[in-house]
Order: sequence, then structure tokens, then C-alpha cells
Amino acid sequence: MYWEKEIETMDRTALERMQVERLTQTLERASRSPYYAERLKAAGADALSVRTVADVAKLPLTTKDDLREHSPYGFLAVERDELIRMHSSSGTTGRATVIFHTAGDIAAWTNIVARSMYMTGMRRSDVFQNMMTYGLFTGGLGFHYGAEKIGALVIPAGAGNSKRQIQLMRDFATTVIHIIPSYVLHLSTVFEELGVDPRRDTQVKIAFIGAEPHSEKMRQKIEAFYGFKAFNSYGLSEMNGPGVAFECPEQNGMHLWEDNYILEIVDPDTLKPLPDGEEGEMVLTTLLREGMPIVRYRTKDLTRVIPGPCPCGRTHRRIDRIKGRTDDMLILKGVNIFPIQIEKKLMDIPGVGQNFLIVLDREGYNDHMTVKVEVNREFFLGDLKQLEGLRRRIVEDLKSAILITPKVDLVEPGSLPKGEGKAVRVVDNRKD
Amino acid sequence: MIAQQISIFAENKPGRLAAVTRILAAEKINIRATNITTADTFGVINFIVDDPRRAAKALTQAGMTVQLRDVLAVLLEDKPGGLDRLTQLLAREAVNINNAYGFVLEGSKKAVFVVDVDQMDKTDELLRKHGIQTLDTEALSAIEPFHYLNY
Repeated sequence: MYWEKEIETMDRTALERMQVERLTQTLERASRSPYYAERLKAAGADALSVRTVADVAKLPLTTKDDLREHSPYGFLAVERDELIRMHSSSGTTGRATVIFHTAGDIAAWTNIVARSMYMTGMRRSDVFQNMMTYGLFTGGLGFHYGAEKIGALVIPAGAGNSKRQIQLMRDFATTVIHIIPSYVLHLSTVFEELGVDPRRDTQVKIAFIGAEPHSEKMRQKIEAFYGFKAFNSYGLSEMNGPGVAFECPEQNGMHLWEDNYILEIVDPDTLKPLPDGEEGEMVLTTLLREGMPIVRYRTKDLTRVIPGPCPCGRTHRRIDRIKGRTDDMLILKGVNIFPIQIEKKLMDIPGVGQNFLIVLDREGYNDHMTVKVEVNREFFLGDLKQLEGLRRRIVEDLKSAILITPKVDLVEPGSLPKGEGKAVRVVDNRKD
Repeated sequence: MIAQQISIFAENKPGRLAAVTRILAAEKINIRATNITTADTFGVINFIVDDPRRAAKALTQAGMTVQLRDVLAVLLEDKPGGLDRLTQLLAREAVNINNAYGFVLEGSKKAVFVVDVDQMDKTDELLRKHGIQTLDTEALSAIEPFHYLNY
């Protein structure tokens, strides 16, 4: 039941000793990067400043803006020849956040993904259908490598094309799938349309559902329809991607792999550490990263550590479901979207007026984004064709920025609600 | 002769047309003809009125997005084939009609067909050459339409 029993069940004292040792090495490596050489020096911190895990709180925090401002090579701690892969998160406008990996980084990442999958019961005899987008997005390749490491047969199905997904499941007797929660719900309607009962007509017994926050109620709905066990997965590209934290068979919180990361929960306002059990912003430090070590990264994700040991025997602490964000990032169909991306695009388009509103809806099992855009009074020439052209241009421009196709409604100037000071930009109507 | 149509950008939802006509009624603006074009969630409401400038001012002051737009108000004979004469001519000359609507001036005698075309000046010239009469804003303002149902 354990991929690496010794590490997964290591007693806390030994685990923390390992963390301090690895943090020291991380700081040594990090100080070779242009960014941290300066940042650590300015903060008066070096490898010698950590003696206990709690000392991590003395180190400077790193934000997504820091990564973006020093992109692409400011965080690089090795020669470029050492790099074998890059991934990029869907970032805000301008430069994307790019993460470079050495062979060692890919091996370490692959190992924790394999550990996570193995933990849920996946074995080398399994057939794994990876229904995630491959490419810069980490969810595709991350899981792909982990599954191969276990020795399972991997079907790199990619995202979308629901009928083919179901066909693949049936033809090759898929037993494990990886899929985003909103898509698995949508897929259930396709199963119904085709008259295929996943419980009777497929062999799937395990599903990994990640990249998108979802509720316990939604998980239960998914499990009831499909008859498989659905395990929650947490990751972010800055910390590799999937495999950072994962549910065990207890399905009560996700074990965060503390041999790979130092986990802190801080008060998002004061940035002071919070004790286990209290909700705050998660801050993570890489412990094995060679190419781009990252110290105290502000994930902007809100969660808490679930206090107490887990009956599964693993000693790595568990985090609760992500409760929300400390920034205004939205997640739609597994894609991270910042309202500022939409705002910047819109403001570049002649014809767009003062205000806009992003509305997220759930129709059945499908999530949609509608962007309501006020038309500029001066732009209007009394011509419907011109308006239709504007609408199409907005759709195209937004699609290129956020990678999903929103519905765009043109609305009358002054008709959208104006916030006090900061305009109200997002209405999220998605419920379970 | 070029006439002016008043065009209002409006969302395609209940009450928008009523909001416009309320203002026109209060301003004692007389509507000669109207037409609405929609694209899913939004559209354009077009009017031929007796005083387009005053109408535009009142609607703009009420916060609406308004544009005075050049159109051709073509005088036609109100009889079979009356419209066909015009459209055949425009087709031959490859003039594209973006929007059009008509109203009867005098039953069985005269009708007006309002066209919004892609080549306004060329079409204006073309109609003159072919002896087809167009009405300008003043002429439209002066006419007293007789609705055929009154007969």
C-alpha cells in the first residue's frame, strides 16, 4: 500500500530533520540564481540561518509577480544545458510564469506523482487513461510520467472528444482515469446519451480529479454515477504541478509530500504563520528542486492543515480542500484565469466602453463564462454588422488570452453595476 | 437625397423598446416607421421620425446610445412590382442592402422604402439617374402618412 513506506510513514522528528537538511541545500542552490542571490542577501538570510523547520518563516516570501518579473531566467540556479523541460502556467497578461526542470527535477516530480497514484491503489496492471490537456499545462505530462513510473499502460487520450474517450475506455478496459471535475460531470451526460452505463460497461475503478476546486458533494455525485472512487489532487505549476498533495484511501484531506516541500499556512494579511487547523494562505518551499528552487512561494490558495494523524499511517500532514483564493483568480474548466487578463485585452479594443462583467454559470454539468461588455457610445454607428464584428473580435481576442472561448454579450453603456472604488468584475453563479 | 434614421443600441430584453418610445412620446416625436434588428442578446432599434435631431438629443440625454444614420427613403409606387423595380436596379449595380423597411404613404398609390446600403452616394446618384425619387429628412417630416387601414 506504500510506494515508499519509509518516507511516507517516517516519524515527524526524522521527517523534519530531513526537511531542515534539504532546506539548507535548497538555499545553497537558490543563492546561485540571480534573483535569490540578491534577495537572500538583502534579507540577511543564508543556508546557515535555518536550524529548525520553523526557521523557514525568517526567509523572504516569493510571489507570482516575482517569478514573472524575473522571467524567464532570473530564478535559474543551474546552467541552461542542465534543463530538459519547461512548463508554463496560465499566467496573467504579459509574461507567463515559466518553470524549468532538470532531469533530477523531472525524476523527483515523477516519483511523487507515482507515489500519489500508488497510494490510491493504482498498480502496474492498470490501464490509465489520461484525459488531460498535454502540453505546457502540467496536468497532462505530470500524470503521464507518474503512471509510466508505476508501470501501468498509459492511454494519452488528452482532453475533450467525449465519445472517443468513452470508446477508449471500453475498447482498452481502462481502470484508472485522470480528469477535471467539471468534465467528468459533463461526460456523465454523454454516457447517458449513448446509453452506456459506466458501472456496467466500463472497468474504471479509480479517478483522479484535480486542477479545479470542487466540493465533497460534487465528489459524491461523481462517485455515485460512475461507481468508482474519486481522489482529489492538488498541485500548481510553480511547485511542479500535480503530485504536491493527494488524497489517500481515507479520502479525508490530501497528504502534502513534506519530503519534497515545506508547508506553511500563514495569515494572508499579516503573513504570520498559523497553527495547524487554522485556515490561511498556503506557502510552499521546494526541497528537491535543482533548476528553479523556490523559497516560500505564496500559492494564494486558502486551506488549513487537518490536525492529527491519518489512519492510513502516513505522517505527512494533510491539507483540506481549497476554500478559495486570496487573489481574484478564477478556475474554469481547469484553466486559471485572472480578470486582469480579460480587462487588459478588452481595453485594447476600440469600441469597448467603460465597464465589463464576467459571469460564470453552471448549466447542467457545463460551466460557462459570459463576458458582458459595455459598448463605447462614440463607437456606435447605428449598424448591427459593426456591433456583431465587435462582438466576434472580443471573443477571438479573449480566446487567445485565456485559452477558452467565452460567450460575449454587448450591453448598453452604464448598464453594468459599478462597484465602490473597484468595479465589480466577477459574478460566480456556479453551485454544486 | 439622403434621409436620417435614428438608431439606438439596445439589449435584446423586455422593456428596452418601451424605454425608447416613452421618451419619444414625452418629446412629442412622431414616428413614421420603425424596424428592429437583433443579434442574439443585443440589437439596434431604427426609427424614421419627424424630427430626428430632437429625438436623438432626448434619447442621448436619457443615457441611451444613439446615432443618426444616413439612409435612403425611396418613394415607390404602391402596386405590384413597385419594390421590384428598385431591388432589381440595386442588384444589377451590386449595391448591398444592409437593412430595409417600408411604410405605405397613401394606399395603392405611394409607399416609402427605407434602405441602408453599403454605397450610399453611388446609390443616391443611381436613383436620380433612373428617375426614382427619394425623400430627405425635411420631406419625411412634412408628409402626412395615411395608413391603409384608414381607408
